[in-house]
Amino acid sequence: MSTRRESWPWLLLLPAALVMLVAFALPVGMLLARAFTQPEPGLQNFLLLWERPVYLQILGNTVMIAAVATPVTLLLAYPVAHAMAHGNPRTRRLLTFLVLVPFWTSLLVRSFATVILLQRRGPLNTLLMNIGLIDAPLPLIYNLTGVLLGAVQTLLPFVIFPLYNSMRRIDPTLMPAALTMGASPARAFLRVYLPLSLPGLMTGATLVFISMLGYFVIPALLGGPRETMVGQLIQDQIGQLGSWGVAGALSFVLLAITAALLGLLHRLVGLKAVAR
Amino acid sequence: MISPELGPILELRGIRKHYGRHAAVDDVSLKLRHGEFLTFLGPSGSGKTTTLMMVAGLQQPDSGQIILAGKPVDRLPPYKRDIGMVFQHYALFPHMTVRRNVAFPLEMRGTPRAEAERMVTAALAMVGLPDHGDRLPRQLSGGQQQRVALARAMVYRPALLLMDEPLGALDKALREGLQLEIKRLHREQRMSVLYVTHDQSEALTMSDRIAVFDGGRIQQIGTPSDLYERPATRFVAGFVGETNFVPAELLGREGEARRALVAGVPMPVSARFLAAPGTPAVLAIRPERLRLSAPADDDGGGVPAELVDLIYLGNARRFVLRLPGGQEWSAVMQAEAAEAVMLRPGDAVRLSWNEVHATAFPA
Ligand SMILES: Nc1ncnc2c1ncn2[C@@H]1O[C@H](COP(=O)(O)OP(=O)(O)OP(=O)(O)O)[C@@H](O)[C@H]1O
Ligand SMILES: [Mg+2]
Repeated sequence: MSTRRESWPWLLLLPAALVMLVAFALPVGMLLARAFTQPEPGLQNFLLLWERPVYLQILGNTVMIAAVATPVTLLLAYPVAHAMAHGNPRTRRLLTFLVLVPFWTSLLVRSFATVILLQRRGPLNTLLMNIGLIDAPLPLIYNLTGVLLGAVQTLLPFVIFPLYNSMRRIDPTLMPAALTMGASPARAFLRVYLPLSLPGLMTGATLVFISMLGYFVIPALLGGPRETMVGQLIQDQIGQLGSWGVAGALSFVLLAITAALLGLLHRLVGLKAVAR
Repeated sequence: MISPELGPILELRGIRKHYGRHAAVDDVSLKLRHGEFLTFLGPSGSGKTTTLMMVAGLQQPDSGQIILAGKPVDRLPPYKRDIGMVFQHYALFPHMTVRRNVAFPLEMRGTPRAEAERMVTAALAMVGLPDHGDRLPRQLSGGQQQRVALARAMVYRPALLLMDEPLGALDKALREGLQLEIKRLHREQRMSVLYVTHDQSEALTMSDRIAVFDGGRIQQIGTPSDLYERPATRFVAGFVGETNFVPAELLGREGEARRALVAGVPMPVSARFLAAPGTPAVLAIRPERLRLSAPADDDGGGVPAELVDLIYLGNARRFVLRLPGGQEWSAVMQAEAAEAVMLRPGDAVRLSWNEVHATAFPA
């Protein structure tokens, strides 16, 4: 009797597990398998990646762009999350609303809108020139700046919410307490607040980094050739060349890099020590 | 422990703080002597915390001066004031062990490592937790956490120790234990303490002096017996200890009044009469100062009343009395004396008192 009752909650997880299996694990597994089987069994797809420098270069690019976008996003998100966590309820509601608004528009629409905003003769450049801040239009698009502006904008909520979640658990008297004990605001922040917000920071960083590795709409629309990312490459391999084997190999390497970096990050920061 | 020859460790001069148009602290002035234990006592919202925060430098007064150890500190941030502070909810750093917590203020002051270690060990021994240094705060009970917070606020021997309802989050038994402990630390360490509570028995137990707050103002400042025996305002008489109030009318001339009309009976009142003759007044008298007698026993003096109820308190008895005007009064007598008067509910009684114990305030 009791065992049956206890197994109930687990049964409720089954539908979700099935969806994940059918729509995620199986296809990804099959794609990864094709790296070793198509066009014929063997490691030739990986050899190809190794021999053509452009593939490795794009992989490197991808990691580099993600590695730049992550700290930029964290830095921008931190004060917003802080204001949400420790501000008054009105501030919190307003900020939550503002952070969620972008979700009401599709990523594609937002990215095109960003193209319009950032182009050579777009509103941003026109404004900056009119107020006399610059003489010639800034190259804001089809380069790293464009990709970062587009990506950071879409990724902010994924950092703000986990950070907010960590921060609102931090007792607001800890900082004043540290001050009375002789810590300057900067030292109090570094020794007390920052370590306690680390779990949220880690979750946010992880989400941003992984999402960023797989981006392809944004680099395609806002980046130049030098900002080509692995996602675009995989898409091209399948959509234009029909080479599932190379696409599988690229996916495999991307997954391996992600796993390795995450493992490293969590080991370095020692998540257990701060998780409450 | 109080050293008057050293002058005040802290002086507040006309401190004010407004939130919007509301005055949270309104013209507060006081002096805290070296080694003194001064308590802010008052109802919720009376400005106790706000005043303490301004002393700590965590809030800025709108006007007034704060002088700590002889120096004005108005422009000093909290981390440059020589203070320690204990918070109601401990405010221990959850990611640091007990030792790291206690070492934190020493580290901020650049105390050499070996010396700091020694001081931390001594501080933990002082609060009775010598073996808990390697635990995290969440592995301690509330009472133990507050002891750690005490050790952390005292380890660097600040000129002034501030405590904002440090026992407010603890249950009664623990609270009483820690009251004695804090008193002991105050005595042994010869610290100057500013303490906040809204529990009047805690204030009476612990303090050298008490400042009673209401509406952002200090209503009275004095020793526990000053406040209890000679309350300066009706608010203090009602807030510190239990008091019976009754409308009264002062008889005689200004400055000479010795009698007042209580329920139609002329009764003696204290020479420290605080209401003007001919104006409506309120008389305040403590339950343990009321004398009860059977009407037949005496010459008819005293206020007539009816004994409504007799409540058993173990070591004492409480008599619930109804006056002719309908007010209910309470009288408390020690068991032996209470049994000697032999009164039962429903009996008529007469109430009297020694005039020094009856104070009147303007109504
Ligand atoms: N940050 C603030 N903003 C607006 N009003 C405040 C603020 N802090 C305190 N107040 C107001 O100032 C008054 C005094 O508050 P304070 O916290 O000093 O009272 P308290 O005596 O410590 O009360 P308690 O016993 O409840 O802790 C209250 O009316 C309170 O509402
Ligand atoms: Mg308070």
